[in-house]
Amino acid sequence: MACGCYSEMAGCGLAGIVNRDGKKISGKFIYDSITAMKERGNGMGAGYAAYGIYPDMAEYYAFHVMLDDLDYESEVNAVLNRSFRIVKSEMIPTKSVPSLYKKTKPPYFYRYFVEPRDDARLPMESEEDLVVRVVMTINDRVKGAYVISSGKNMGAFKGVGHPDEIGDFFEIDSYEGYIWLAHTRFPTNTPGWWGGAHPFTLLDWAIVHNGEITSYGTNKRYVEMFGYRCTLLTDTEVAAYLFDLLFRKHRLPIRAVFMAMAAPFWKDIEHYKEVGLEKIYEMAKMIRTVYAPAMLNGPFAMLFAFKDGVIGFNDRIKLRPFVAAEKGDTVYMASEESAIRVICENPDRVWMPKAGEPVIALLNHCKEEDVCYPA
Amino acid sequence: MEVKQIGDGVYEITCGTTHYREVNAKVKELVNAGAQKVILKEVYGQRYIGTGIKGKVKIEVHGTAGNDLGIFLYGPEIEVFGNAQDGVGNTMREGKIVVRGHAGDVCGYGMRGGKVYIEGDVGYRVGIHMKGYKNLVPTFIVGGKAGNFFGEYMAGGVLILLGLNRKPGEDIVGDYCATGMHGGVIYVRGEVPKRYLGKEVKVFEPTLEDMKLLTEELKGFSEAFNIPVDEILSEPFTKIVPVSARPYGRMYAHRWGIAAGLIK
Repeated sequence: MACGCYSEMAGCGLAGIVNRDGKKISGKFIYDSITAMKERGNGMGAGYAAYGIYPDMAEYYAFHVMLDDLDYESEVNAVLNRSFRIVKSEMIPTKSVPSLYKKTKPPYFYRYFVEPRDDARLPMESEEDLVVRVVMTINDRVKGAYVISSGKNMGAFKGVGHPDEIGDFFEIDSYEGYIWLAHTRFPTNTPGWWGGAHPFTLLDWAIVHNGEITSYGTNKRYVEMFGYRCTLLTDTEVAAYLFDLLFRKHRLPIRAVFMAMAAPFWKDIEHYKEVGLEKIYEMAKMIRTVYAPAMLNGPFAMLFAFKDGVIGFNDRIKLRPFVAAEKGDTVYMASEESAIRVICENPDRVWMPKAGEPVIALLNHCKEEDVCYPA
Repeated sequence: MEVKQIGDGVYEITCGTTHYREVNAKVKELVNAGAQKVILKEVYGQRYIGTGIKGKVKIEVHGTAGNDLGIFLYGPEIEVFGNAQDGVGNTMREGKIVVRGHAGDVCGYGMRGGKVYIEGDVGYRVGIHMKGYKNLVPTFIVGGKAGNFFGEYMAGGVLILLGLNRKPGEDIVGDYCATGMHGGVIYVRGEVPKRYLGKEVKVFEPTLEDMKLLTEELKGFSEAFNIPVDEILSEPFTKIVPVSARPYGRMYAHRWGIAAGLIK
């Protein structure tokens, strides 16, 4: 490898920061946090997601598009133009990081700030549905072009490299956001390519994930019934679409979403009844029955961000590490405690969340019940 | 990384975010040159601290100890002023690890000797596959609470859970406690809900013999964290031992072998 050292087997690493007051944090912090866990990746994928980075363009959808060749830009432009008015389009500034080129030739990154056209929506289609449809069209139909994020006032930056290489490439420290996610990847089952790096996003949902989704086939067939297309050759993508389906389309409350995705065991559901929690018992039973194909099986820790906060959660028997901490209005989540300590020496509280129990860090202006749906 | 000698045979290494390979190589080099004590300052998740060193040296860790602290430990005494991550005392054989804070998942995995004392809580899968043989008997004591799979597949040794920081109504241990256990003993200060216990174990009240062993084992913990043994023993303990030494003996056995009486 480039640094002359070798990487030992490890899992992926993830990190997240949210300032609940909505105060902006420099990308430098998340960069330092994820880089402290470099050991957990093998240089075959890293990425960042940031919220609040385009305050001047906050009312437009920001499409980050990855292009294998610059020539494909005109096709992306044409597809976007059909449904949106393109307010601004530009190449995402990148810096030369020589070590990256030793692995792969980086693709080109474009960003478009767009506004839906009045006549673009199909009957019964909402504005968000339109965005999802266009994302799926570009990913599925435009050769060599992939939408890596499509939310408002947010963006994803990712590629094949170590987190410090990718961070330097996109000049992550020049952005400021109130929510940050980061990931370092150790691909095991699927190829390490630029589109396969985390985070995975759709609208303003973003996900980073450590582990594997062994129920991928079931989940994929389920979301495909609702028009989502899995094109990025890796399991995590399907979780992003599941969130969009359960949260935005079906409008489930936060805890119900997580009860569907990291469902309690049947014996634990029975236990709710035994201890008199009749209502939770009924709810859990219904969710497990109705949303059986939305359950994620396999070992994982996941951070899930949207414009109103970050939610971290584990598989139901905690087969991947996950630590959370808070200091004042800032909540930190990571695979390892040291990755939090490196940017926050003395947190008010550090804890190891239980399996299947989501850590919900919402912005102060949100109440859990009436959160705060995307876009 | 900055190294300085601060006394006779005492060295201090400021680690920062230096790669663990450099830090551990330095520690080994100092010990080989005769160091008695190595103090690691500003530790940010460096892994495998204390591994590959034979002998009675002392290693102090200030900061957050990384994964697999004291893996394969063979003699050294490690004290952590801060929290530890996953895999403390993994496959450890001899020596002592004291953590003045909490520790993560899979601690004491396959441990076969030595002592580990954790002041606070531990995560999931602690003490799984612990084992003992003749006079090699590991002891793992947790001052706080534990997550699921505590002592799963335990084959030997002593695993003690105290829950000293437990709030009323809080579980001391999680689900699947002692599942598949077939050797060793677990002592829990308080009761373990029956639905959390594996089918392969039985619960007993500790005998006088047990109390003697507990008192003996708790001495080290008591000294390390300055908590009187009497205070720890002021609440009743539960003893968990396996019903069978070979719970899975027949699982993959050939039915002819069972019929012929070759496999019991």
